[in-house]
Amino acid sequence: MKFKDIPISAWIGILSTSVFVFAAVFAPWIAPYDMADPVGQVWEPMSWKHLLGTDNLGRDLLSRLIFGARTTLTIAAIATLLSFFVGAFLGMLAAVVGGWIDQLLSRFVDLLMSIPTLIFALVVLSVLPSNLITLILVMGVLDATRVYRLSRAVGVDINVMEFVEAAKLRGENRVWIITREILPNAMSTLVSEFGLRFVFMVLFLSALSFLGLGIQPPQADWGGMVKENKDGIVFGIPAALIPAFAIAMLAISVNLIADWLLNRSADTKGGRGEL
Amino acid sequence: MSSDNVLEIRDLKIGVAVKEPNGRSKDIEIVHGVSATIEKGKVLGLIGESGAGKSTIGLSSLAYGRGSVDITGGEVLLNGRDIMKLGRSGLKSVRGKEVCYVSQSASAGFNPAKRLIDQVIESTLEHGLATRSEAITRAKELFAALSLPDPENIGSRYPHQVSGGQLQRVMTAMALCPKPDLIVFDEPTTALDVTTQIDVLAAIKNAIHLTGVAAIYITHDLAVVAQVADDIMVLRHGKTVEYGSTKQIIEAPQEDYTKALVTVRSIEADQQEAVAAPVMEIKNITAGYGRGTTVLDDVSVELYAGQTLAVVGESGSGKSTLARVVTGLLPPRKGEIQFEGKVLTPKQPNRSLQDLKDIQMIYQMADTAMNPRQTIGTIIGRPIEFYFGVKGKELRDRIDALLDKIELPRDIAKRYPGELSGGQKQRVCIARALAAEPKLIICDEVTSALDPLVADGILKLLLQLQASENMAYMFITHDLATVKAIADSVAVMHLGKLARYGPKQQVLSPPFDDYTDLLLSSVPEMRLGWLEKILSSRKMQSAGN
Repeated sequence: MKFKDIPISAWIGILSTSVFVFAAVFAPWIAPYDMADPVGQVWEPMSWKHLLGTDNLGRDLLSRLIFGARTTLTIAAIATLLSFFVGAFLGMLAAVVGGWIDQLLSRFVDLLMSIPTLIFALVVLSVLPSNLITLILVMGVLDATRVYRLSRAVGVDINVMEFVEAAKLRGENRVWIITREILPNAMSTLVSEFGLRFVFMVLFLSALSFLGLGIQPPQADWGGMVKENKDGIVFGIPAALIPAFAIAMLAISVNLIADWLLNRSADTKGGRGEL
Repeated sequence: MSSDNVLEIRDLKIGVAVKEPNGRSKDIEIVHGVSATIEKGKVLGLIGESGAGKSTIGLSSLAYGRGSVDITGGEVLLNGRDIMKLGRSGLKSVRGKEVCYVSQSASAGFNPAKRLIDQVIESTLEHGLATRSEAITRAKELFAALSLPDPENIGSRYPHQVSGGQLQRVMTAMALCPKPDLIVFDEPTTALDVTTQIDVLAAIKNAIHLTGVAAIYITHDLAVVAQVADDIMVLRHGKTVEYGSTKQIIEAPQEDYTKALVTVRSIEADQQEAVAAPVMEIKNITAGYGRGTTVLDDVSVELYAGQTLAVVGESGSGKSTLARVVTGLLPPRKGEIQFEGKVLTPKQPNRSLQDLKDIQMIYQMADTAMNPRQTIGTIIGRPIEFYFGVKGKELRDRIDALLDKIELPRDIAKRYPGELSGGQKQRVCIARALAAEPKLIICDEVTSALDPLVADGILKLLLQLQASENMAYMFITHDLATVKAIADSVAVMHLGKLARYGPKQQVLSPPFDDYTDLLLSSVPEMRLGWLEKILSSRKMQSAGN
């Protein structure tokens, strides 16, 4: 793969995603203020002192946005990884083993998916103790149903290919068949799906925080920041729009990358020809 | 030019835009200046292996290029007009009216949601050539001319309600319906069984004769084209190798390549007698899928070391199911298989590693039989590693030795299947089977997807390997020429039963049972007038009718 083969849209996505990741990783060094300190008046407008203004408690909005990137990205990434490990593993297992295991898993997933995710998460999170682990687990497991469906569908397709039959006839065990025969051929589809699911995780987490069940104050995260500042909108104060804009930017830029990966995996050589 | 020429192709050059890794596209010429003329009512056969440019040239007479194919030079004159200069609307008035197309896969060419008759008369109505009732009358006449059963009512069926051979004839009717001057037949019988092919071939020939249409007939099978064409053009790598009358090409070919094509099916292995005890005895196997119909009914055959059993039959005869039973993918309902004197476990997952190693399989489609994400080295090295626990340098040495055996360069081990040609891929599949040092290899239509000359090479390689490694082959095929080439004994399957079984000489010599006679007589021979002669002397009608 050569750099100049990457389309301009993907470059934009990569560039702006890197900015978010950079901010998240080096938050304590680049944020001008501490995220929890009230350093000014309530809802100060943008100025050289506070580049993006201050929030409903007089905290620096830019600093909170940078620290919020850290929380939002980390939790979304961990939850996505979790959903992929669980979903892809079970999906592939169902595809290869088939029979009652497939039936059991698929019907259970159908059951989970029939309940609206947000409502399901609200109920579970309001019952369970609110900490980060529960939050990640709930988000991961609920999203794993989507990954399960995709990887099962891809797995079933590949499982009937003759090279998989050849491996079975050779006497290979299921671990080899899943990891060496099926997964490499499903990878590009799964990787591009990873990007999309990550975006959904960010949105999901923001929605939960907005409803007060996600990240708890004084920790900053983008959905929570929208919630804290939403009352300002009535007075014409844009503080709530800034984190909302950050959420939208992140979603768009990750989507641009995912879109490019998906295009690559859709080409006839399965993307491999260009690597 | 004479006014009798329907189509005149002058110095046709066709290029294809290939995207290079750096994103820029480059034009590669795939047809290098081909010229041909077709007179009214004559048939030109285009023949060549895959990639010879025969379909591309055929489609150029409709001024059509598949994908990024572009006509870069030369002229295509249809009824005296250069169709390259017609423009969009001009082409629209020519296609489907003056020139029509019959594709290889009729089942993919029909809309499954519409009745046949509506699709057959569609272009006739589109061009306003006839009223609906006139068009339907003409379609019914054509159905009759193509000897379709029940020509009055067959049009009201849907595509899935008729057989493959019938559908191909309906497609021919569709092309003939607007009374075109030229029809392009693109491998119309290639996907059909041999006994069906002969009927479709006869129907097409008859219809061409009755309607007086000119035609381009594209195929890779010289014996087929010899039956319908007046002239033949042999193509290779986008160039004309030889162009002449059918009689001259078949009986007195000038070029070496044409000679090779004409004589391609002449390898014939001497039949070996069964001496020792059989490696495998398949005893009274009855099998089927689910609780449904029986696909295999009381089949018993034997396989001997160093010999080949050819299992012949049409699609649906149960020959591939027999392979599935032997490999253990489909446990039989009744009967047993003895392998080296012991009863073989019916289910594959319960078989011992030794048994799995000893029975190997080679598939028809080498493309799908190899993992596209594994290198050739991994593909053929894995069985060695898996069965013999060999690693490191010794493994690499054994991979090299295998590549030598299948006559491929050693550096191919680092490449991926996608970078190999069809014949090379099939060789790699042979190497993978060979790597397990098996006692029996099941070859499921291993040469069907290959060009004749390439297939010949594969068969020679298989025979050579059999002689040196003393393996038994179970060779599943629908192609009787292949059977003649490599078999020691032959099992003819028909509707799940053994129609005939025994040593090759005995099976292939008279007196025949009706089915074997039909099957044997349907194999096109490279001889003029074969089709007419055979149709008048057959005992049994094929299933297509």
